[in-house]
Amino acid sequence: MAGPAFQTPALKDDIAIPAVAEGAMGHSKPFIAQPEHQEPLGFPGQLVEGWHDKAITKLGDLLGKSRALRVFLDSCVKCGACTDKCHYFLGTGDPKNMPVARQDLLRGVYRRHFTVAGKLFPKLVGAKDLTKELLDDWYSYYHQCSQCRRCSVFCPYGIDTAEISMAAREIMDHIGMGQKYSNEIIAKVHKFGNNLGLQEKALKATLAGLEDDIEDETGVRVRIPVNEKGAEVLLVTPSADFFASPHIEGLIGYAKVFHQAGISWTVSSFASEAANFAMFIGSYEQMHKIAGRIRQAAMDLGVKRIVFGECGHAWRVAYSFLNTLAGPWDFLDPRYPVPQHICEVTYDLIQKGVLEFDKSKNDDMTLTFHDSCNVARASRMGDMPGGQFHIPRAIIKACCNNFVDMRPDAIGEKTFCCGGGGGLLTDDLIELRVKGAMPRMQALKEVVDSDGVTHMAAICAICKSQFSKVLPTYGFDMEMVVSVHQLVSKAIKLTPKS
Amino acid sequence: MGALTITYAILFYAAAAVFGLGVAYRVWLYARTPAPLKIPTTPAPLTKSGVALRLAREVCLFESLFKANKWIWIFAVMFHAALLLVILRHIRYFQEPVWFWVKLVQPFGLYAAFAMLAGLLGLWARRIVVERIRYISNPSDHLMLALLFGIAASGVALKYGARTDIVAVKAFMLGLMRLDLQPLPADPLLLVHLALVIALMIVFPFSKLLHAPGVFFSPTRNQTDTPRERRHLAPWAAALDAGRK
Repeated sequence: MAGPAFQTPALKDDIAIPAVAEGAMGHSKPFIAQPEHQEPLGFPGQLVEGWHDKAITKLGDLLGKSRALRVFLDSCVKCGACTDKCHYFLGTGDPKNMPVARQDLLRGVYRRHFTVAGKLFPKLVGAKDLTKELLDDWYSYYHQCSQCRRCSVFCPYGIDTAEISMAAREIMDHIGMGQKYSNEIIAKVHKFGNNLGLQEKALKATLAGLEDDIEDETGVRVRIPVNEKGAEVLLVTPSADFFASPHIEGLIGYAKVFHQAGISWTVSSFASEAANFAMFIGSYEQMHKIAGRIRQAAMDLGVKRIVFGECGHAWRVAYSFLNTLAGPWDFLDPRYPVPQHICEVTYDLIQKGVLEFDKSKNDDMTLTFHDSCNVARASRMGDMPGGQFHIPRAIIKACCNNFVDMRPDAIGEKTFCCGGGGGLLTDDLIELRVKGAMPRMQALKEVVDSDGVTHMAAICAICKSQFSKVLPTYGFDMEMVVSVHQLVSKAIKLTPKS
Repeated sequence: MGALTITYAILFYAAAAVFGLGVAYRVWLYARTPAPLKIPTTPAPLTKSGVALRLAREVCLFESLFKANKWIWIFAVMFHAALLLVILRHIRYFQEPVWFWVKLVQPFGLYAAFAMLAGLLGLWARRIVVERIRYISNPSDHLMLALLFGIAASGVALKYGARTDIVAVKAFMLGLMRLDLQPLPADPLLLVHLALVIALMIVFPFSKLLHAPGVFFSPTRNQTDTPRERRHLAPWAAALDAGRK
């Protein structure tokens, strides 16, 4: 692939609101799914005959199935509250990346076909016919939304652009205009159980090698079991944790926590993926099918608990949707929530005094924490609202001496997406990813300059991969991003278990 | 009974029907459409009373808008709070005797008219001046502001400029409610004021004014954060579970 022919945004003194630059990102489009990516999911291989009518019919179908879609399409008053909240708008200046303008691409068609005002006075109310041109705009701009929900925090009606872009992608899939990256991956999960197409034998070999590495480094045999029947915990983690860095260091951290707490656990090769990319394409049916693998694995292995590894949108699907998609979980141990986040497990063990740390092991770092968008605004940890902010920070502080938060409007519920979420973590969208990372990079730069921050911890596979890629374009070291359980792994005091 | 009175009476009845039935239909649609997944914007309340409080803060204080933009918030609060006071002040046209608290609110409603105009002008100015908001504005967004501004301005003019016989206006309104038509004064400004209100009532269920009922049905705001505790399942989604273990 040719080098990027675009400018990385300059980091300034503040997160500046750019001037409107019409069409600035109109050229950004991910690769279109080919028939071999579409058909395994039951979608037509290419743009179908009569796509217009089919798209309108599908929109009508979705309106009847989703209250959110109907209410959100009706309620917007164009107040402008969201216009400067999207990281992709801040990074590109393209007005169609303002959440309301992104919604309007679909809202215009909704008004034209489903409202009295739009049928009678289309020009007056911004109702639009779904032309091929507009469909191309859909494809372009609904793949410039990472479904991070930042806009929904600020909207006086709670309109969530993620819901709109999911619906638009669902419609496009049904007329044969899917996105290669997401659909290819979903087909792999259906076939192999994970996004990478990693099979049982390879998985076992990789993890056995990892056990050896841990033993070499610590002198303690820490197990990473696969398909072990009767284990207490089924760990479902993003498959990136099996091979990518700094993800794999996080996986080692989970293993050490389970080891030290004496909790038996296992990975399943059948459900070896926490990520559920079907959420990105807005397909309930696909999401249901993928989530079903976890139910199946939990039953087959006879586990008592399900724990998810560090992954942002996976945690949304796990925390918010898994009970709906694959529950009820009445066959699991009722003393634990289903599922649990690995951070909840580690935090509870710290509270109980089960884990001990040598914090000085992390003294070479000054840390900050990137709240992953889907953890922050679409899920929770622990039993209090906002636990998703408190718990990871408490873990970091338990194993590190040096921690600083970034500016308040870039963390917590107002956190910025890494720029690669929502099915956009693909090289064909690299310009978007780099530009969309600007607000996070700006906030990071500020604490680097003021507090000497050296590393940024994250609890999301996408964030980790995205930052590894974009940090260098902003002049940072790609290894600045670390897993939270990587910090746990470095500081935890291990004792051999029989 | 003049043609004017009859025309306005018919228009009011028609507008009330369109408004009432239109909004009811929309609310029925919202209520009937399932929300297949738990999607509250978190951190979210864990209990129903927490949700009621969240919605109350959203509706009374515009909590999210406050987080978003202080200028829009100031103008929006100004306009909506003033509109509320003005509407309360107008209750006296529809009852005899007038309730105690409606009498109490009268002077506030008077000042509110000016706050309403100022709020509308502020919002309108932003729609024109701020490039981003100009970009997202449709003609209908300007027309809606014009309509509301027209209602407020004609109302203020009726109070301070070309006054009308408000006793007769009240008799007309009470007559409408009692199905016993009374003559409506033929002052042009009054007719404009009432015609604009009629237009607003008719436009309401077909326009972005649906944000008023909509906010109560917004899943990101009205759902509890309890997905692990209680299984949330839409009827159409439940069908997918058939046939699995």
